[in-house]
Amino acid sequence: MDVGVQQFVALSGVLFAIGLYTALAKRNAIAVLMGVEIMLNAVNIAFVAFSRFIRGEDPLAGQVFVVFTLTVAAAEAALMLAIAVAIYRGRESVEVDEITDLKA
Amino acid sequence: MLSGFGPVSAFWLLAVLAVGSALMVVVARNLLHAVLWLILHFVAVAGLFLLMTAEFLAMAQVLVYVGAVGVLVLFAVMLTPSPWSENTEGRLGGVAVLLGGCLAAVLIFVAARTPWAQVTAGGFASTAQAIGRALIGRWALPFEIASVLLVVAMIGSIVLARGED
Repeated sequence: MDVGVQQFVALSGVLFAIGLYTALAKRNAIAVLMGVEIMLNAVNIAFVAFSRFIRGEDPLAGQVFVVFTLTVAAAEAALMLAIAVAIYRGRESVEVDEITDLKA
Repeated sequence: MLSGFGPVSAFWLLAVLAVGSALMVVVARNLLHAVLWLILHFVAVAGLFLLMTAEFLAMAQVLVYVGAVGVLVLFAVMLTPSPWSENTEGRLGGVAVLLGGCLAAVLIFVAARTPWAQVTAGGFASTAQAIGRALIGRWALPFEIASVLLVVAMIGSIVLARGED
């Protein structure tokens, strides 16, 4: 059976759902970050699949979008590390359920 | 469309690897092992990019995700050891399974049922040069904004991680 955009978009959807579950369910803030990274990767797969199989007037636009997603993901990972270290300094854990300082 | 035994079997192999390693990120009890599975997931996604003839993005994926993000997350795990280094689920676990399952079902349904206007042409001959031209041509302004974002994120994370003193 030939593999086309359907299979790639379905794969991207499955990966996005796994990432969503990880981001929602995990207790550790770094595990939540890993879920977000899986979701970003899933979206990148869909972008590249549309660029490869559907083309349109600017076929490379999808791939340029992925370059920007990579940039934002790298910036996000660096900030997340800094935030995790800053939170850990005060309370010796990075459990998301415990970080309730903004609760009235 | 990818046809022929080689590309099709490569797709299914990489797809199983990507989904399997993503599932292992969820299942692995040790957070450090979860990060190593995440790095394998990034490698599998780079292979999928290569399969779609996006060789520049595949290399960028290996450099940025496997090289930089993977090591950053590993550092984050090792710098914050705690009882919650165990990769456990919180109270939202059941709701998240429901949400993730419904989302996956809907997305697979949409992907299968949409009449995609696919081209029959083959892959791109070379993308690195074209992406470079696009980044300094049509996408020059977003490109500059992305570089400013990176600088802001770098300064911000230095300030956050340095602390009070």
